[in-house]
Amino acid sequence: MNRLDTICTICPRGCRLTVTKENDQYNVQGNFCKRGVDYGIKEITRPVRKLTSTVKIKGAMYSRLPVYTDNELPKEMLFDVMKALENVEVNAPVKAGDVIVANVLNTNVNIISSRTMNNIE
Amino acid sequence: MIDVCIIGGGAAGMSAALGALENGAQKVMIIEKDKELGGILNQCIHNGFGMHYFKEELTGPGFAEKLQEKLKNYDLDIKLDTMCVKITPDKEVHYINGNEGYQVIKAKSIVLATGCRERTRYQIDIPGKRLAGIVTAGLAQRYLNMDGYLIGKKVFILGSGDIGLIMARRLSLEGAEVLGVAELMPYSNGLKRNIVQCLIDFNIPLYLSHTVVDVKGNGRLEQVTIAQVDEKFQPIPGTEKVFDVDTLLLSVGLIPEIKLLTDQKVQLNPYTKGIKVLDTFETSIPGIFACGNALHVHDLVDYVSLESYDAGKHAAKYSNDNSPVVEVVPKNNVRYVVPNQVKLNNDEEVMFKYRVTKPIDKGTLVIKQGDKVIKEMKKFFLLPSEMETITLSKSVFTDTDNITFEVRIDE
Ligand SMILES: Cc1cc2nc3c(=O)[nH]c(=O)nc-3n(C[C@H](O)[C@H](O)[C@H](O)COP(=O)(O)OP(=O)(O)OC[C@H]3O[C@@H](n4cnc5c(N)ncnc54)[C@H](O)[C@@H]3O)c2cc1C
Ligand code: SF4
Repeated sequence: MNRLDTICTICPRGCRLTVTKENDQYNVQGNFCKRGVDYGIKEITRPVRKLTSTVKIKGAMYSRLPVYTDNELPKEMLFDVMKALENVEVNAPVKAGDVIVANVLNTNVNIISSRTMNNIE
Repeated sequence: MIDVCIIGGGAAGMSAALGALENGAQKVMIIEKDKELGGILNQCIHNGFGMHYFKEELTGPGFAEKLQEKLKNYDLDIKLDTMCVKITPDKEVHYINGNEGYQVIKAKSIVLATGCRERTRYQIDIPGKRLAGIVTAGLAQRYLNMDGYLIGKKVFILGSGDIGLIMARRLSLEGAEVLGVAELMPYSNGLKRNIVQCLIDFNIPLYLSHTVVDVKGNGRLEQVTIAQVDEKFQPIPGTEKVFDVDTLLLSVGLIPEIKLLTDQKVQLNPYTKGIKVLDTFETSIPGIFACGNALHVHDLVDYVSLESYDAGKHAAKYSNDNSPVVEVVPKNNVRYVVPNQVKLNNDEEVMFKYRVTKPIDKGTLVIKQGDKVIKEMKKFFLLPSEMETITLSKSVFTDTDNITFEVRIDE
């Protein structure tokens, strides 16, 4: 990517940033303070995100179990991880904090259960 | 006889129960119409909860479970699948459930913690036919996150508050195409982090100063038309844009759920359209308290829990105290202040929460009692979407004039 228009989320001021790349040099514009430069460069070079979603659960009060990643994923892998979760199905009971998928797609990130769901069958 | 009866078992109700139990109430009851405790938290599967209250970042269901764990240390009566249909000034609670039928019990004090409901299409006057596929964002969130139903494949969202933004990301991740988000105001009410991580990340355009002017379809929604609005929020002819979609999500505001109290002619606060309360969270009906989203819409569940704990504590300590009560009034550039009244009965601290009417880069918060300035404080980057707080000792208020809050704009 050679250009990114985004907003700095470090403080409530929320500067509108334009990050451009020229001859391997990154240039950040629109930042009010220096922290915006680091933020902008990270967002264009290696942005990371946490992911929350749900997986299928059998035998529980609801048909979906909410899950979260215990660490940040590279942003471009969000859809791959969603795809990997599509076929995951667990059986109640599940406890909050249980590992649902370990080391998902070799990212060193685990998919964790957000809550306890008892077996009601 | 119940000491404290709490209506609603969301974050507010559970925290109020803790506050009551940890401050001397013996018999506490929670009445919850859903099949489990947790309220809206159970469907808010994203993270961003708990940083203040539990000092760790949690998902909504994770936050609810932590509160439930705390409650397990106490003996209390939790009635699930139970609907409260009436409360009275002499503190009768009428409820219905499948096992017991219609019951009436008496409590020494009552805490209303019934949360809020979403504004619908009819409250914002979207023109056009009645069609399937026009849904509130919170309802779509519940279908998706708890029942596993995707509400549509091609979606447009009206309203750029956090709920709308979070749903834009959730629907995109689940494979729906989100064609855009329209916002009536010239700025978004959502957190900056959500604008970046829910819209920019998914290349979803945000149309500021736009609203929906028409919906078309045959049974199910097929087309949404938006238009730019002028300063008076009137659509500008010629600015229309048309989107082929099967779903329109509405994220256009929340209204405190207070029918149980308005039925009893409780006094209202004209700014929040919620209930008027003392700093102890007591309403105009002695012994009936209100907290959480039923009192005013909160952005952060952490504040819901802190406030509701206090409400529960005061409900437990409830007595007919006759100390003077003074009004708290919003003035220039301040939209509202909660609490609306303060009971000057002791030296305790009171936390005021307020919102400004428009974005202010640089200003001074001025708090007065009558003509006397009690406190002045410089403020930067105030936004209507972000609730501000200030904590003062009650001993600074020395007479019985109204307390006023204003923000002076500084150059
Ligand atoms: C979609 C959404 C996203 C949010 N995202 C965040 C976030 O990212 N971070 C954050 O900190 N906060 C967030 N919040 C805010 C926070 O979650 C809420 O402010 C808080 O959970 C509200 O708690 P409450 O107990 O007041 O209301 P609720 O959770 O709504 O609880 C009210 C309860 O009362 C019950 N009830 C109502 N009427 C009756 C009756 N007559 N009889 C019996 N029971 C009744 C209901 O069933 C419900 O369980 C979000 C809120 C929403 C709506
Ligand atoms: S660039 Fe600096 S001032 Fe601007 S939002 Fe980022 S941290 Fe805040």
